[in-house]
Amino acid sequence: MNWADTILQGILLGGLYALFAAGLSLVFGIMRLVNLAHGDLIVLAAYLILVLVDTLHLNPFVALVIAMPIMFGVGWLLQAYVLNRTLGPDILPPLLVTFGLSVVLQNGLLQAYSADSRRIPSGYLDTASISIGSLHAGVMPLLTFVSAVAVILILNRLLYATELGRAFRATSDDAVTAGLMGIQPHRTFAIATGIAMTIVAVAALYLGTRSNFDPTIGPARLIYAFEAVIMGGLGSLWGTLIGGIILGMAQTIGGAINPEWQILAGHIAFVLVLLFRPRGFFPRAVD
Amino acid sequence: MALLETHGLTAFYRDFQALFGVDVSLDAGETLAIVGANGAGKSTLMRSISGVLINGARQILFEGRPIGALAAPQVMALGIAMVPEGRKLFPSLSVEENLLIGRYGRTTKGPWSLETVYRLFPILKERRNNPGTALSGGQQQMVAIGRALMSNPRVLLCDELSLGLAPVVIRDIYAAFPAIRESGASIVVVEQDIGQAMKIADRLYCMMEGRVTLSGRPSELNRAAIHAAYFGADS
Ligand SMILES: Nc1ncnc2c1ncn2[C@@H]1O[C@H](COP(=O)(O)OP(=O)(O)OP(=O)(O)O)[C@@H](O)[C@H]1O
Ligand SMILES: [Mg+2]
Repeated sequence: MNWADTILQGILLGGLYALFAAGLSLVFGIMRLVNLAHGDLIVLAAYLILVLVDTLHLNPFVALVIAMPIMFGVGWLLQAYVLNRTLGPDILPPLLVTFGLSVVLQNGLLQAYSADSRRIPSGYLDTASISIGSLHAGVMPLLTFVSAVAVILILNRLLYATELGRAFRATSDDAVTAGLMGIQPHRTFAIATGIAMTIVAVAALYLGTRSNFDPTIGPARLIYAFEAVIMGGLGSLWGTLIGGIILGMAQTIGGAINPEWQILAGHIAFVLVLLFRPRGFFPRAVD
Repeated sequence: MALLETHGLTAFYRDFQALFGVDVSLDAGETLAIVGANGAGKSTLMRSISGVLINGARQILFEGRPIGALAAPQVMALGIAMVPEGRKLFPSLSVEENLLIGRYGRTTKGPWSLETVYRLFPILKERRNNPGTALSGGQQQMVAIGRALMSNPRVLLCDELSLGLAPVVIRDIYAAFPAIRESGASIVVVEQDIGQAMKIADRLYCMMEGRVTLSGRPSELNRAAIHAAYFGADS
């Protein structure tokens, strides 16, 4: 077994998990909302892209460009008309509502698209790869990783260098005082969830082109996303990327030793990180 | 017509009534002080005006327009900015970002900008990249005032600027007020220190247990009357 290659595959896989997790991390960081339907929303977006590719015969990347604003709208509406009503001092209502949404999405997708496994065709990119010395990397895994880094760069820029980002952070610190500054917290939250769903569309493209999916796989993606967010430290986007990479490496290394251990190795890494760094690698100073 | 006035203002925290028919009025260009003991309802009055608490629409009028039922973002868009009790800086924002966020909901042109706020409080320019909460109490209060000024408000509400600050620091903070008045803002300050209130205000209201118990110009009021209105007649 080629260790360097295994580690490289792990890092690249981590990019996918970071993409799953970035939206979750953003929404949690801003409104302390845990969206249990996050994984199912990724699957929803994957079907959206698939339908666009199938019916309009689009390149999947072009389909993504169309799916992103649609998913922004889905997120905006979801937050404005459903999730904002669940926010409050009690943390249970948003959990119950998003759990319900998860069930509805899974069953809705089953009804619409059956339980058959599907895949978004990505043509020659599917098998294309680049080699440097003894290292081989698929073009799609590389694109996934580059996309994850780009998404996190853009999100950080948005959060720390724009007026909207300041409003996000201020609202997260203290929604009442943010109101005194003219910020409408619920409007801000709707925009944040819209942005999270735009990222979900990116994650969905890579989920759907790299492996088969069906309506039931959402909750497992949610778990990976959670593990990445928590290992990285709640609220830190670069932490989320690191968390995703650790998860990806653990899975590929575990899988290289014994294919049956792949998934388990990821969960073990998660438990170990929690044992030694209960608040993750980059916890927020203020909470 | 007064710039801002309340009529029989009542306010509640769930079942608990905190204001029982408060009438105050602020003329353009005026500085009001509201004094009163702990729990008198001063902050509740500020929260009602600024829209943190929702009241009957006609209980608060701004230029004759009912604003009692408006939420905070809408009230601030009209030009009423608040320096909340306890300063309430945003810990994840730097000093400069705290100032910048102050004009989020209102981009009206006016005398106040980063530059003029830094001129008013030069120390903030030196500390502009520090987290707001890394500053001393007095400096934090300056940020909170600057943040409110950034929206170029017509009315500036200040809730207990002197809370927890040393007397010299309080003096520094109030030294900024002539410039703020000159910029055209009308001001309401809540103050526990009667001496300070008499010095700065054109008119003064004294509150006790959710009601106005005394009002007038500092020159017309004597300390004994204020004392009675502050603590209750028989104390
Ligand atoms: N969030 C709240 N929930 C319930 N009751 C409150 C709340 N805030 C204030 N009160 C009550 O309302 C009354 C008026 O309080 P308020 O804060 O307006 O007084 P204050 O004059 O500002 O006092 P201080 O000088 O201590 O700031 C008090 O009896 C207080 O206990
Ligand atoms: Mg108070």
